[in-house]
Amino acid sequence: MNQQKKLLICSGASCISSGANKIKAVLEEQIARHNLTSKFEIVETGCMGSCDLGPLMVVSPEGIFYHSLKPRDIKDIAEKHFVNGQIVEGLLYKDPVTGKQIPKIDDIPFFQKQTKIALRNCGRIHPININDYLAVKGYQALQKVLHEMAPEEVIHEIKISGLRGRGGGGFPTGIKWEITRKSELKLEDQTKYVICNADEGDPGAFMDRSILEGDPHSVIEAMVIAGYVIGARQGYVYIRAEYPLAIERLEAAIKAARKYGALGENIFDSGFDFDVEVRIGAGAFVCGEETALIHSIQGGRGEPRPKPPFPAAKGLWNKPTLINNVETLANIPVIILRGGNWYSRFGIESSRGTKVFALSGDINNTGLIEVPMGTSLRTIIYELGGGIPGNKGFKAALIGGPSGGVLTAQHLDLPLDYNTLAKTGAMIGSGGLVIMDENSCMVDIAKFYLDFIQDESCGKCTPCRIGTKRMLEILKRIISGKGKTNDLVELEDLGRLIKETSLCGLGMSAPNPVLSTLKNFRDEYEAHIQEKICPAGVCESLRKTTKKPKAEGGVK
Amino acid sequence: MKVETQPKPDVIKGNENYSRLDKLIEEYKEKEGSLITVLHQAQKIFGHLPREVQIYIAEKMGIPFPEVYGVVSFYSLFSMKPRGKYTIEVCMGTACYVKGAQHILEQLKKELNVQPGEITPDRRFTIETTRCKGACSLAPIIAIGKDIYSKVKPEMTKDILNNYE
Repeated sequence: MNQQKKLLICSGASCISSGANKIKAVLEEQIARHNLTSKFEIVETGCMGSCDLGPLMVVSPEGIFYHSLKPRDIKDIAEKHFVNGQIVEGLLYKDPVTGKQIPKIDDIPFFQKQTKIALRNCGRIHPININDYLAVKGYQALQKVLHEMAPEEVIHEIKISGLRGRGGGGFPTGIKWEITRKSELKLEDQTKYVICNADEGDPGAFMDRSILEGDPHSVIEAMVIAGYVIGARQGYVYIRAEYPLAIERLEAAIKAARKYGALGENIFDSGFDFDVEVRIGAGAFVCGEETALIHSIQGGRGEPRPKPPFPAAKGLWNKPTLINNVETLANIPVIILRGGNWYSRFGIESSRGTKVFALSGDINNTGLIEVPMGTSLRTIIYELGGGIPGNKGFKAALIGGPSGGVLTAQHLDLPLDYNTLAKTGAMIGSGGLVIMDENSCMVDIAKFYLDFIQDESCGKCTPCRIGTKRMLEILKRIISGKGKTNDLVELEDLGRLIKETSLCGLGMSAPNPVLSTLKNFRDEYEAHIQEKICPAGVCESLRKTTKKPKAEGGVK
Repeated sequence: MKVETQPKPDVIKGNENYSRLDKLIEEYKEKEGSLITVLHQAQKIFGHLPREVQIYIAEKMGIPFPEVYGVVSFYSLFSMKPRGKYTIEVCMGTACYVKGAQHILEQLKKELNVQPGEITPDRRFTIETTRCKGACSLAPIIAIGKDIYSKVKPEMTKDILNNYE
């Protein structure tokens, strides 16, 4: 009975913009006023996931979940719940389908249906406080690796886990580590580097931001493990400047880790030295591409270069370099502690483990979710996501950002995994899922992505620089009602050409949104060109149709 | 061809901004690949990165000026033009776009009578479009400094701007 309760306040960037700091201040005041400081501890945590319900508070250990809090609600909660032990029912989550109140976080479908591995600590612990991290077995994987495991054993464990790169590439992580470890230098200099790619540039993606804001120690721990395995002594986190809170927390966590002895010289008395430095981007989408990222860390223009040589052979300052994405790294400590076999039990053949998705757009529950690989889009949209607002029909999900494509009603039951999605012409990408209802125009969204690519193309290679410009011109022409009969063929030809001849991943995937929408919504393009109609009524220069738009309606 | 010169000595001498920049360069000069870090900090000091500041950094760090210029012009967060006291970032990421960010941008342009990248005559505001701040669940958003405004509607912009003197 005397156990101190924890009041977990979600302090991810989204909840802070919804007013979490104010809630925390009022909470402190109320706890002091009622003399409850010995009974309740306020813990600011990282993202809990249900961003649209913010600000959020969970009373732990029971897990009572209060949402959409206003400062005056806190007074109520303090008096009724904290002093008298009565849950304030009006502030609980109400199931939109059954209308029933659900007091506990773990009973809410949005949370219940998730499997949190990469996000295991997000929303549960203070992101920076090392004692919080240690209490959830933090740095134990590193202890185990440094004192009990040979580098080959670590690689073996990651290989059997089946973990693949979560940044979008999907390259098997264990093999990447092995190649970089074996990458011998002909010089006497044996320098190698570990880079964490936190340049999460895909619009609509915020998985990595949330992990760095909510659990930066797990990423640091994984980087040290990676350093030990490949033989590097220095790591860099390359993070985009658009994420100030993630930068702040990561830097604070690095300091805490140094103080604790998990970074620096002779880590945990093992004789192994490793340190991490943060490098901040300056607003260039292409820097998510690994060779461009390397150039940017070196202080130059973030332009990609042809591969091979791959960074594993010739990376940062021409030294062998291991580059892993944030989410990939966040999985490593738990794989070490619980074993590769444990991890591989989640997900499906060829795509093991779980994946974090960022839900946004026309969907009721926006936010962050983690589900086993192979979960269907239907489950994500209608069970976790709570369906489409206003009971409108589902038209498309944009997956994989500007490099990805669209999934439509006919893909709702496909398992989301690397291989299945590749067959549809889309890709799992880094995990951004923007849901669009029946009122959205696919030609318009294709134009949006191409506009983005045009803006972000570094200009080094001609297909990407000029080819995407030509494609954009065609799309703009179609949207303004001046489309020509030959335009669609030309879009396809150009798209294929750009894919085949571009220098880096940005260019090679740039035509995907156009090709994918063209494949799935060709009639919509044709309506724009031949009938001068925008079926969704989005494109202002065109007439709106009275025809029913192509969408799946009323799916529950 | 114009010969590149450093700012005149009398501009630099006693100029607090330049002495702060000197300290900064001293700290990072020996560190490999720190140009972008120095430029970030210099932009904080000067508000933007005019040509003379770029030349100054180039000379002090021993990096050719064209290289410094090449980096400044490559990255969208570096600005060579003066910015207003407050930069209004209108997120044009996918989720914000889907939720109508375009209309917010149009409203702001109309209200302040400037285009993105330009500064208002009273030097108060600059509008910038930005690619995804990762607050997609609150779309559409605009950010002014550290403040993020969520689920913004065009008619809300006037009240929001009034918060900034």
